[in-house]
Amino acid sequence: MTGLLAMFRRLEGPQTVGRGPAFWGLFAVVLAVALAYPLFSDGYTVGNTVYFFVWVFIALSLCLIWGYGGSLSFGQTAFFGIAGYGYGILTINFGSAYGFTLIALVAAVAIAALFAVLLGYFMFFGRIAGVFLGIVTLAVTLMLERFMAQTAGPEWHIGVARLNGFNGMSAMPPLTIPWPGEPIVLFADVGLYYLVLGLLVFVYLALRILMNSSFGNVIVAIRENPERAEMLGYDVRKYQLITFVIGAVLAGLSGVLYTVWGQYITPSSMGMTAAALPLIWVAVGGRSDLTSTVVGTLVVLAAFQALTIYGSQYALVFMGVLLVLTVLIAPNGLVLGVMNWLGRLATRFTQRAG
Amino acid sequence: MDIATHVFSALYQFGDAFAFLVLSACGLAVIFGMMGVINLAHGEFIMCGAYVTAATVHAGLPLPLGILAGTLVSALVGVVVELAVIRHLYDRPLDTIVATWGLSLIATQGTLIMVGSTMAGVGTPFGSFQVGDYSYSIYRIVLFCAALGVLAGLYALFNWTRFGVLARATIQVPHMAAALGVDTRLIYSLTFACGAGLAGLAGGLYAPTMTLVPTMGATFIMEAFVTVVIGGADVFLGTAPAGGVLAVVKSVMTSWQGQLFGQIGLLVAVIIVVRVLPKGISGFVLRERT
Repeated sequence: MTGLLAMFRRLEGPQTVGRGPAFWGLFAVVLAVALAYPLFSDGYTVGNTVYFFVWVFIALSLCLIWGYGGSLSFGQTAFFGIAGYGYGILTINFGSAYGFTLIALVAAVAIAALFAVLLGYFMFFGRIAGVFLGIVTLAVTLMLERFMAQTAGPEWHIGVARLNGFNGMSAMPPLTIPWPGEPIVLFADVGLYYLVLGLLVFVYLALRILMNSSFGNVIVAIRENPERAEMLGYDVRKYQLITFVIGAVLAGLSGVLYTVWGQYITPSSMGMTAAALPLIWVAVGGRSDLTSTVVGTLVVLAAFQALTIYGSQYALVFMGVLLVLTVLIAPNGLVLGVMNWLGRLATRFTQRAG
Repeated sequence: MDIATHVFSALYQFGDAFAFLVLSACGLAVIFGMMGVINLAHGEFIMCGAYVTAATVHAGLPLPLGILAGTLVSALVGVVVELAVIRHLYDRPLDTIVATWGLSLIATQGTLIMVGSTMAGVGTPFGSFQVGDYSYSIYRIVLFCAALGVLAGLYALFNWTRFGVLARATIQVPHMAAALGVDTRLIYSLTFACGAGLAGLAGGLYAPTMTLVPTMGATFIMEAFVTVVIGGADVFLGTAPAGGVLAVVKSVMTSWQGQLFGQIGLLVAVIIVVRVLPKGISGFVLRERT
């Protein structure tokens, strides 16, 4: 019991912004609004919101690896794609009876994690760091995209699942929860919304606890100064590998949920542009904090979609400009800057009141 | 006779792969080796060179002049980019990657908006010749010679000219060079322009051999990065031998299993080499020498 309590105490700490009743009050309000939201909206808009939420997981994975761990990985979309294809191949082959889609979800994420262990072993135990890490992960991602894009012929199939080359796979069954009587099929509206929202809240809180635990402190110590962390007796490589694998799991989860949401996955979801987008969300939000990553991702995604509606071609140019300007002017991220400013304002206000 | 044609075919494949790797990697290697900056917009500088070359050739200029124009325009764009963005990020290498990636997005999408999804290409000059049963493009031989020429030119530039000496001094001990009156900011600008120009040259040289689309930079960028990672920071001790080694891997894998496996071979090679030689070939050579 005390162990559980100690764990919950880690929800606040030095590695995450936001503490005290004010923050958690706001959190509760936002959560309540999110829970009540489908009651006031139509199925299409709710489905669209699910689409936004799906991307938050990959953004959190990048936040973890890049913002907290300090190693810039361009490979998150590779894990996204592997897990997405994994889910498609498994469910098309074995169907959705007996809750198999849930098993496929876990298995697909596990495949992505396994791939991350393999790749991460070579990179971190080869002591690849800094810019080289980015290049190797980018090369792997582009390679996977090219590989999947050329699987158009009928000879490329796993079981009965055709890989379909550049057009990608489609028509995999949606997530289905076995239920006495009739199984619950989670299409991309209210049902899937609550599942993804639940997962999101769980992952967010779990990552807060993880980052404020001793593990998270070591990760941040490695980011600040790897040599010093090593001198203090921590095996830097092991910690980096574990962070990388956790990141891969989150990116893989994103990939499976994306596949489930739209019931398709294409090689271009691993391409250059696809790999750049999470980077933009995380950089603009504020890479070194979980909350600002979540907020930044949702804001930038919504802005991107609005831009796509009004001037589809210019949206990507605008995203590029946003990224360059963020790096030049607010390297710590726009949302994080605003949040810190609000925090300072709040403390000044309470001090004056008290 | 039969063996001779096979040998020639293998040599031709090797030369083709070597030229592609070296030409696409040179600009990147200069910028990385001299400045420690990874330029993810490298592919877009190549695209820029190819587009300018094609545009000038369509306007009536002969191909060599078109390639020269492509090179110069890319170098100019490089100067602008250095002044506007790169200059402010020298102490933050990871942020340089992110910023240049943003630039690459802007360039790709901007070209798509302004020029359209494709541009009329330039015909491959010189035709072909016959050895045994196969015919070979003469232009590929020209490309191989161009790659050797670029390496020789870079060697001359960095060893025999005043700019080369100042650039190497700036790279080794920037503060000392600045104290001795070298305008290090100017040197960095020129070095970046040199790298961008080399990318433009690669684009111009390959413009007659491929379809011109805004995303064509991506076809070069993986090979370029792989060569630079394996080669390490030095252009001559790194990029050239890395190009040689990787060309063998790529041409053997390609002729055995096809283009895609050539690229997979490159990727596997890079992961293994990085595991064994973390500082690349040039790091290994330099350590042996000292």
